[in-house]
Amino acid sequence: MLMFPSDSLITSFVYSMSALPPFKPVTSYWFRLSQNGQNELLCFPSPASPPPAAMIHSLFLINASGDIFLEKHWKSVVSRSVCDYFFEAQERASEPENVPPVIPTPHHYLISVLRHRIYFVAVIQSEVPPLFVIEFLHRVVDTFQDYFGVCTEAAIKDNVVVVYELLEEMLDNGFPLATESNILKELIKPPTILRTMVNTITGSTNVGEQLPTGQLSVVPWRRTGVKYTNNEAYFDVVEEIDAIIDKSGSTITAEIQGVIDACVKLTGMPDLTLSFMNPRLLDDVSFHPCVRFKRWEAERILSFIPPDGNFRLLSYHVSSQNLVAIPVYVKHNITFREGSSQGRFDLTLGPKQTMGKAVEAVLVSSQLPRGVLNANLNASQGTYTFDPVTKMLTWDVGKINPQKLPSLKGSMNLQAGASKPDENPTINIQLKIQQMAISGLKVNRLDMYGEKYKPFKGIKYMTKAGKFQVRT
Amino acid sequence: DTWISTQKKIHSQLSLPVYPLQENRQFGSKMTDSKYFTTTKKGEIFELKAELNSDKKEKKKEAVKKVIASMTVGKDVSALFPDVVNCMQTDNLELKKLVYLYLMNYAKSQPDMAIMAVNTFVKDCEDPNPLIRALAVRTMGCIRVDKITEYLCEPLRKCLKDEDPYVRKTAAVCVAKLHDINAQLVEDQGFLDTLKDLISDSNPMVVANAVAALSEIAESHPNSNLLDLNPQTINKLLTALNECTEWGQIFILDCLANYTPRDDRESQSICERVTPRLSHANSAVVLSAVKVLMKFMEMLPKDLDYYGTLLKKLAPPLVTLLSAEPELQYVALRNINLIVQRRPEILKHEMKVFFVKYNDPIYVKLEKLDIMIRLASQANIAQVLAELKEYATEVDVDFVRKAVRAIGRCAIKVEQSAERCVSTLLDLIQTKVNYVVQEAIVVIKDIFRKYPNKYESVIATLCENLDSLDEPEARAAMIWIVGEYAERIDNADELLESFLEGFHDESTQVQLQLLTAIVKLFLKKPTETQELVQQVLSLATQDSDNPDLRDRGYIYWRLLSTDPVAAKEVVLAEKPLISEETDLIEPTLLEELICHIGTLASVYHKPPSAFVEGSRGVQHKRLPGSAGSGESVESPDPGAAATETPPAVIPSQGDLLGDLLNLDLTPTTTTGPPPPTTSGMQMGAMDLLSGGLDSLVGLLHQGPPSLSASPSTTTLGGDIGGNPAMGAAFGAAPATMPASFNAPGSGGLDDLFDLGGGVGMPMGALNPPKAVWLPAMKAKGLEISGVFVRRAGVIQMEMTLTNKAMSVMTDFAIQFNRNSFGLAPAGPLQILTPLSPNQSIEPLNNLQVAVKNNIDVFYFSCQYPISMLFVEDGKMERQVFLATWKDIPNDNESQFQIKDCHLNSDAASNKLQSSNIFTIAKRTVEGQDMLYQSMKLTNGIWVLAELRVQAGNPNYTVSSVALAVRSLLCCVLLLTSCISVYFEDQHFVLIHNQSCLNSPTFILGRWKYLMVIQVYRKH
Repeated sequence: MLMFPSDSLITSFVYSMSALPPFKPVTSYWFRLSQNGQNELLCFPSPASPPPAAMIHSLFLINASGDIFLEKHWKSVVSRSVCDYFFEAQERASEPENVPPVIPTPHHYLISVLRHRIYFVAVIQSEVPPLFVIEFLHRVVDTFQDYFGVCTEAAIKDNVVVVYELLEEMLDNGFPLATESNILKELIKPPTILRTMVNTITGSTNVGEQLPTGQLSVVPWRRTGVKYTNNEAYFDVVEEIDAIIDKSGSTITAEIQGVIDACVKLTGMPDLTLSFMNPRLLDDVSFHPCVRFKRWEAERILSFIPPDGNFRLLSYHVSSQNLVAIPVYVKHNITFREGSSQGRFDLTLGPKQTMGKAVEAVLVSSQLPRGVLNANLNASQGTYTFDPVTKMLTWDVGKINPQKLPSLKGSMNLQAGASKPDENPTINIQLKIQQMAISGLKVNRLDMYGEKYKPFKGIKYMTKAGKFQVRT
Repeated sequence: DTWISTQKKIHSQLSLPVYPLQENRQFGSKMTDSKYFTTTKKGEIFELKAELNSDKKEKKKEAVKKVIASMTVGKDVSALFPDVVNCMQTDNLELKKLVYLYLMNYAKSQPDMAIMAVNTFVKDCEDPNPLIRALAVRTMGCIRVDKITEYLCEPLRKCLKDEDPYVRKTAAVCVAKLHDINAQLVEDQGFLDTLKDLISDSNPMVVANAVAALSEIAESHPNSNLLDLNPQTINKLLTALNECTEWGQIFILDCLANYTPRDDRESQSICERVTPRLSHANSAVVLSAVKVLMKFMEMLPKDLDYYGTLLKKLAPPLVTLLSAEPELQYVALRNINLIVQRRPEILKHEMKVFFVKYNDPIYVKLEKLDIMIRLASQANIAQVLAELKEYATEVDVDFVRKAVRAIGRCAIKVEQSAERCVSTLLDLIQTKVNYVVQEAIVVIKDIFRKYPNKYESVIATLCENLDSLDEPEARAAMIWIVGEYAERIDNADELLESFLEGFHDESTQVQLQLLTAIVKLFLKKPTETQELVQQVLSLATQDSDNPDLRDRGYIYWRLLSTDPVAAKEVVLAEKPLISEETDLIEPTLLEELICHIGTLASVYHKPPSAFVEGSRGVQHKRLPGSAGSGESVESPDPGAAATETPPAVIPSQGDLLGDLLNLDLTPTTTTGPPPPTTSGMQMGAMDLLSGGLDSLVGLLHQGPPSLSASPSTTTLGGDIGGNPAMGAAFGAAPATMPASFNAPGSGGLDDLFDLGGGVGMPMGALNPPKAVWLPAMKAKGLEISGVFVRRAGVIQMEMTLTNKAMSVMTDFAIQFNRNSFGLAPAGPLQILTPLSPNQSIEPLNNLQVAVKNNIDVFYFSCQYPISMLFVEDGKMERQVFLATWKDIPNDNESQFQIKDCHLNSDAASNKLQSSNIFTIAKRTVEGQDMLYQSMKLTNGIWVLAELRVQAGNPNYTVSSVALAVRSLLCCVLLLTSCISVYFEDQHFVLIHNQSCLNSPTFILGRWKYLMVIQVYRKH
């Protein structure tokens, strides 16, 4: 048998004749600097074997300090080291909110949402609609909140077995199974102090023995055999106004996000209709599955068999193309002079289009430029705080008295020698107005069919500020 | 306050546990699950083991809970497997569920133990309680152990036909799970047909799950036609759509999107039934519905009233998505970006919703900005510019940069606003904020390219900021400006000279730009800049390791030294204008992405085949063509639209064409035809090939006289198996070519060629001359020369062994070193007769060969022509070709010319075809024939190339054909087939990117270079 001296020897012999540029093996993924300067992912190394397709493969819960405190795998176990890619992205992000929602890794994708300061990181392996995953994660958060009252690391750890049972019930092989709160509660009863004690004494369980009735009925959102002694149906019309107001006080954009949340505790199978004085406002709506869409299309009446308990009946959007009323105005004068270490701060608030309703719970906040050391201000009402680390100025105004407008005036000190800041601070406003929907939406009447009793009905309105920003 | 908040308060006061309370510990440790985390002692496992085997049910349950708790935090409790499985036979549903949870997690690591659970599963599948039946079948499917799956079949079959829909829908999913574990088993058992039947189930949930399961299975079998969609099944799906859960709706909608309606009426009726989904609260449902509508809309005639209605209906849900959580917004924005490009009319009035709020996450901000520019028009440009200027003063650097860039893009897109944009940019430059200035300069360069000779007055302001530029892109942009307007800048030479000082520390981008700028300067002001141009040329060609730079240096050098007038025409040629089109996604890709709205592909704006694992077989989706009126949205090229030839799919976009000379700054910003100057640049290296294909081949057929003259040659035909499958044995060679082998002296090359032809060598295929591989001096008198040929799908190495020594040689043997394409002798070297002195034996790209005889072992290396490795099935599918071509980053491409090929495109195509280089598509643009070629190597590597053939210039007596080949990755000049080939790894991994245009030696060097790469890959 003849032998080669050694592969490498021959290689070096043969190739030494031409000076060759060193060849670098490809180990990393290829990114290309695209025109907008962002790194775009080009391709990935292919996997050795075709991976099992699953919608959601695994879920990791990560707290603010970067600890994985819960993991759930619906298929084979994915090593938690996959989260390293997430941590990398987390490190790169300046703020916790800035972690990109979709992160590619060599063999998986990480899709994450940040809720209640917990990252819910889903691991997926095949082409899955990201919105599907995000929506599902939101549903997980909502369920936890629904079950434990709060969605915190402590609450989840305290109920880890219930959490595990819930996750198993919500997803089968990556397919969502039961995500409706009503159905879940029939399968796994929410923990309460009372039930835990009873279970401990009697040895009974918090897992339902019966097939949840709603799961396959035509109205999967409602269980049968609901009974109440007091039959009540309450509706909240809550509107949030998002707006950007420019320096001069004119509106750049303003829109309204509205929801109608309901709390319905009615016996049997009630069939409700809800009509509006001005349904034309609602041209962009998302309904709870219980709403009969055809009826709405034809008559602009909401007709539905409600789920039992709390639910969001619909959400709607009044776009910037409509004239949106702006509830408050802000007079401001925030200036820095070149060469001076002092800046002026002057802010006055006043009510604008509030239909005579009081503006309450007003909270003004503004991220002042980095160069600002401290602020010496005087508030005509309420209290203000300035955090010298984050440079966040917060002024808790409370209620606006139209006779005596609240103001915040004084001076800001800049770092010695610092140049005039480049950016102008934006003012963020939070507020509440009771008994009014700023879009003008009004419910006309609520009727119930299918059951004989007379329910108690109530409707409340409220307006809040969403992302209400005033540029200076 | 609202009803619900009041009610929540009361609720929390009444019943909810309070977390996490310190004082709750001594009493509360019994209340919550946190107690399960407290046992972290060493003997934990033993303690749990004891508790699991306890007689008390309660204790058992608690123990299982502890085990589960440990499992959730990632502790390994697999050692408790038998003890936990023992708890399985219980009436307590909770305990059963917990044990199932445990089983799913650990069955894989304990397959033998898992078998113990089978009986309980089978029994549970018969339980009167449907909940338990479903639970059992569900869990069994999650246990990924082969042995168990066999036992699963019978229970699964029953469950698929269960009377309870809850069990049926669970079983449907289970089929998908089982398929994942053992696909063959599922097919053999006929589960796929049962699953198809479930699409007609009476229960919408069962239908939805069956669709989901089938879709999942279909993903791994792209051609299996599992989801055979016809109007009847579509109708069933649409009915189920209204009644199933939100998740089921997503599955059904995604499935619908794969259907191609027969006509516009069917398309409209499906759209009508899908539109209500736009009002769903689940954003994933909304986006899937948008996908279906966007796709089916293509088929609707535009003059139809319904078409307009549909357009109107699409806007509100898209806007609503933007009021959701930021993660949802992000995905929505990426998709809206596509939708806006395809149908800008949908959102043209919604500019304001894309205005950025200062506390939006950065990823949302950047996306909004992008869409703002896409929607910018003359009507809203004032508003947009005011916003952009506002953003340019924000804190976040990335965002500010992008905002500045956006201003430039606006200027390019909306011509009327250009002046305003320029003055806005100048205002921003005045702020002196470093990164703002640099970005502004980069975009002003683009504005100059769009509106030449219009805003040169700002150059002075730009030059003031020269010293503050530290980013390569900005420096390169500035240099480009100085070079382009050298004649108007008095001290252009000083400015450029200052950059030249640190030439070697600059990035390639700056170096290339500097080289070009100085050459431009020289051509404009030749008198005072000679020294400068010489300096830069020598820096680029002699002191640089970068082949791109070096090559460009040589090009300029030769251009300048041979024909300065031509050089001027080339270097100072009029550049094509850029347009905003360059930011748009290439139309065919856009079409495919529209079919993938809502998926990861739509988030990354890449076809799914480019990045998603396991989807390699996924077919590329196309939008259906418009029916009815002839207002087809596509077909930018009328000629291509008329005949139904797919060449129209080859993007006509400028990003296929790099301008070697001027446009490195923005490699994708050229549109329209390439500058005519390129054809004028035929470089020295190609002179080597100037003989053309014909002469080369002709030469071969005559055969090299030196060899045929040799009196005592023996022809040895040998097959070389390129891979095991090609195992025509070497030893069989004498049988296949007995004539030449047994006819010493009589053969000669003519025989060889005749024989070769007889075996089925296509006429005209290339056949290189034999080369001396092993000179007699090195091998104690044994001389080996040889050639590689490919005949009838078999690679053959033909060797001539000549004994130039004094004694007889015997005991021949051959072996190849490991090589890139895995070539190996198909059989041993059989030379039966001893080789007497001065006798030689005939009939083996870099192949290292060891030949042994009674004297010694000799090593040599020879190069086989790469064309030999081109396999016969190298013809890529058109669609695949197109997609692959698009996937390849621009940087991976390079191009050059072949001079004096006296062939028209058809002849070239035929010639190449005979060497297994196939023409996939051909189209003609402005008198140039573009041939798209593919070839495949024996090791499965695909090579794609584009050939441009310029019709002959009548001014010349000889009609000259310039073959410009541009392709991918590492380039190898293929001397033999007159085509240069760039190699590409199967997985589209970039190996190297160079253009080679210099000298013949350089080309030979490159041949070796390829081999090094390949060797490298192997080890």
